[in-house]
Amino acid sequence: MASRNVLLIFKANIMYKPVIYRLARDFDLVFNILEAKILPRKEGRILLELRGEEDLIDKGVKFLKDHQVLVENLSDRVWREEDLCVHCGACTGLCPTQALYVTPPDMKVGFDVNKCVACGMCGIVCPFGAMKDVTLFDPFAENAVGK
Amino acid sequence: MSDFKVNKTFGEINEKIRKGEAVVVTAEEMIGITKESGPVEAARKVDVVTTGTFGIMCSSGAFLNFGHSKPRIRASRVHLNGVEAYAGIAAVDCYIGATQTREDDPLNKVFPGRFRYGGGHVIEDLVAGRQVHLQAESYGTDCYPSRAYEAFMTLEDFPDAVLLNPRNAYQNYNCAINRSGKTIYTYMGILRPDCVNANYSTSGQLSPLLNDPLYKTIGMGTRIFLGGGVGYVIGAGTQHNPGAERSKNGVVMGGAGTISVRGDLKGMSSKFLRGASLTGYGCSLNVGIGVPIPILNEEMAMFTSVSDDEIFVPVVDYGSDYPEGGGSAITHVTYGKLRTGEIEVEGKKIITAPLSSYSAALEIAGVLKEWIRSGRFLLGEPQETLPSAPFAGFANLQ
Repeated sequence: MASRNVLLIFKANIMYKPVIYRLARDFDLVFNILEAKILPRKEGRILLELRGEEDLIDKGVKFLKDHQVLVENLSDRVWREEDLCVHCGACTGLCPTQALYVTPPDMKVGFDVNKCVACGMCGIVCPFGAMKDVTLFDPFAENAVGK
Repeated sequence: MSDFKVNKTFGEINEKIRKGEAVVVTAEEMIGITKESGPVEAARKVDVVTTGTFGIMCSSGAFLNFGHSKPRIRASRVHLNGVEAYAGIAAVDCYIGATQTREDDPLNKVFPGRFRYGGGHVIEDLVAGRQVHLQAESYGTDCYPSRAYEAFMTLEDFPDAVLLNPRNAYQNYNCAINRSGKTIYTYMGILRPDCVNANYSTSGQLSPLLNDPLYKTIGMGTRIFLGGGVGYVIGAGTQHNPGAERSKNGVVMGGAGTISVRGDLKGMSSKFLRGASLTGYGCSLNVGIGVPIPILNEEMAMFTSVSDDEIFVPVVDYGSDYPEGGGSAITHVTYGKLRTGEIEVEGKKIITAPLSSYSAALEIAGVLKEWIRSGRFLLGEPQETLPSAPFAGFANLQ
């Protein structure tokens, strides 16, 4: 069983079309909505965790793309600016999925992007602005995903 | 006559450092050495133990002299990148404080404010060699007729730039939790309601003052690693309180001693002086400090061998008790327990997170060790040690 977190962007022309239910019906995928934002008449964004067989996840993602949904792997979009991180650990107590964690014995802060659900807490708590994920749900942000 | 079996002086240790013969270890390495060989043997073997800490230290700032303009100005207000520096001193001197916010910062008007740029960031920009915009205003005098002056300057353009911090390197601190019903934004980070998470902020067994808990070797004139360069302890910091509660090993069980430090900003690095933005709280500066501790005798070997499991931290409620002026300990936990990522307070399991970078502290202790080993860095014998407290001594110093 594989798992992948993806960001789906529904542009105005398809945003009211029901598509996601078919991931379960046709591809036997378990989907879990981690975050969603809908801007009426503009677009909708959904962060989805997909669980299922690896090849079925691929097929499901292809199906979404064929239906004009923009699909981004979260792991390609969320990152840590390594030069800015001082490995203090302030983010680790707030990260809901332990994607950010302290590793003994040198106590460096690790970041497992595959566990990240882009909640944005680390972006708020990091004193050095090292976590770069805050634009994910904002279609008006500079360099926004899916422009 | 000394009661110790090992008796070394600063002079003897410095002589060894000059010859490249000094044995230098980090405070982390010293734990195992003393445990294995015992304090007497450890004191014979080891000459210097290096410590380190890299955390948010709000009581920090820099004195800057920006050089005389033509015509001259007696600046009465100074801004650097829009951040006000205190100018109530001589003509072209000013002090930029770490927590000063930018004039147009929305602060906490839209809560929680982000405080993206302040005095700490100005200091980081200067140390990184980036240009800053200086604006000075004045009322004009016969000898200093200019009423306004501005310049784009890098650190090199300032005739003098000195980091001068009134209070740094707090010896131990609180572990903050939030017993209230709403999320709070504090200088101890973001704390979820109903004790969901706890934050703590010292480097524990690597922390400078926790390795010399009675300040027997630290005081005015102690040469230190400061912000990537060389600095000095210039005395006790503000709020220095040696009378705090101590455990049997002499280690304080909460915030106690502090140091005031000074160093030439021009020799420092932005890796160890970093502007910080604390959401909902304000701006600050992360300062890297490493203090070398001479192992003058077996008692110093014992002190420097302290481990996270032997240092107690008070758990304090920042939800209501602390802001109201209290701050009493709900209970005490050890750094060893805090570093496991979970503590238990009043029967509730609480996630813990550090705010002070242990990995950077380790790096600082390592750099300082190399400086001393290579003979580049001699120990500064304090002219006066910090005010201390009585200590009964260790029961068994063999």
